[in-house]
Amino acid sequence: MTMLETAAGATPLDVERLRRDFPVLDQEVNGRPLVYLDNAATSQKPVQVIEAIEAYYRSDNANVHRGIHELSRRATELYEGARKTVARYLGGVDPEEVVWTRGTTEAINLVASSWGGANLKEGDEILLSVMEHHSNLVPWQLVAERTGARLRYLELNDDGTLRLDDLDELIGERTRIVALTQVSNSLGTINPISEIARRVHDAGALLLVDGAQGAAHHGVDLTSLGADFYAFSGHKMCGPTGVGALWGRRELLESMPPWQGGGEMISLVERDHSTYAPIPHKFEAGTPNIAGAVGLAAAVEYLEKIGPAAILAHEQDLTGYAMERLQTLPAIRVFGPEDPSMRAGVVSFVLGDAHPHDISTILDSEGVAIRAGHHCTQLVMKHYGVSATARASFYLYNTRDEVDRLMDGLATVHSIFA
Amino acid sequence: MSELKLNSLYQQLILEHYRSPKNRGKLDDATVSIRMRNPTCGDDITLQLRVDDDEMIEDVRFYGEGCSISQASASIMTTLLMERSLDDAMQIAARFTALMHGDEHAAKDRSLRDLRALQGVSKFPVRIKCALLGFDALQEAVRKTRGEPALEA
Repeated sequence: MTMLETAAGATPLDVERLRRDFPVLDQEVNGRPLVYLDNAATSQKPVQVIEAIEAYYRSDNANVHRGIHELSRRATELYEGARKTVARYLGGVDPEEVVWTRGTTEAINLVASSWGGANLKEGDEILLSVMEHHSNLVPWQLVAERTGARLRYLELNDDGTLRLDDLDELIGERTRIVALTQVSNSLGTINPISEIARRVHDAGALLLVDGAQGAAHHGVDLTSLGADFYAFSGHKMCGPTGVGALWGRRELLESMPPWQGGGEMISLVERDHSTYAPIPHKFEAGTPNIAGAVGLAAAVEYLEKIGPAAILAHEQDLTGYAMERLQTLPAIRVFGPEDPSMRAGVVSFVLGDAHPHDISTILDSEGVAIRAGHHCTQLVMKHYGVSATARASFYLYNTRDEVDRLMDGLATVHSIFA
Repeated sequence: MSELKLNSLYQQLILEHYRSPKNRGKLDDATVSIRMRNPTCGDDITLQLRVDDDEMIEDVRFYGEGCSISQASASIMTTLLMERSLDDAMQIAARFTALMHGDEHAAKDRSLRDLRALQGVSKFPVRIKCALLGFDALQEAVRKTRGEPALEA
């Protein structure tokens, strides 16, 4: 909640200046200047990130943690330095609690498989919500099948918020872990994680938070959020694809068995057994995505300079403006909370008989990129009785003019399908 | 240019079939029923045929949901299948697939009839699979009727 209060008072972004950092935005698509509104899928990358990756490969590339030579020392320093930068972004957590992964999906799979495999047994319960991205559903389905644990679900209110009144009934002594998203990728809803965390912990369960959208669009302070595990991806927050992290409380990570075996994660290898490296390396088998970590650190520094609160305030301004303008269209249905301050920069909608794919094709022909489909949240689609929605999602470089371009495109949709 | 391209995609005939599809519904006495889904975009079509012992298609219906291209394509397809043999059906599917992949001869092929209205889809690579969904179901239905193994989608 404090994040929202800060957001409201944040200094407006100098968007025109920021846009110059993103070379990809400066192009025409189908004869019109590109309007990129698919940021919840992946964000664009500033030159600062592109150059950091290039500089790493041009002058510092080597494998980490094993060479005695100068380049290996430098690569290791950059790689471990990136871990510290990410730990700072997450609210100043201990860098040893930050495990590099390929992204959110791998981070959740790591917990479901390692922690879940070691701790879940028949009769135990895992609580999820129908708002979850498939990446926070399927790993739990897999471990439930393996262990005999049972999945339970927190339902949605029609306004796109979670039915928190049901929490007390759903969390019981059999509940071992609750896995929830911080920000919904299809509805934009910001969930009251701290409040939920208190109730989860009162029941003696653990809380995993999917921060794929949250880390990018909301900012995070893990020292106060109340999560036990937090998973996020670099590519949604100006970083490269293929790198992200899992944060976990030290005692949990230390108690968990290794997930994958290989180099990097061992201490001593004998013929029939090995001893493992301390955290976080215990979970980092194989040569990691070193350049990815370096790029993500550059992205974090870029975002820190702008300030997550100012970014959220900017997104909420665009969201409010877009929702206001969308409501003027006949036969529009906008999903998610009506109050823009309760959501991040994501607006899902359907428009009359026009299927979201047709909407997306027509917008694309005018240079406007949005996402159409189920957004990897088929349970949300089912709740609302739709097979797909159109989704516009904003980031720090989007403008009100671009929302107007979206509206122009939707007028074309209306003229074809009305 | 892009507006022209768009007009070639959303032809009146396509929009009419999208709004008022032909042969939409279920067959009580279908001899074969195939459901095809496109998991990336959620298009979902079930095609039902009643095929007699001489491999003639006596009746056809489809239902499901999806974008205008997938639904219109399936609707137009069904209008071409009535009283045709399975060989004819496979021939139409092959010609239409060629049309979607930009084959100029297929574009002039009168046997495709109203399906030629979908020619504009070939200029939108990401939408070709929408137009082919009903035909994928058709080819699977023919294979199943003939007792041939299904192709893994």
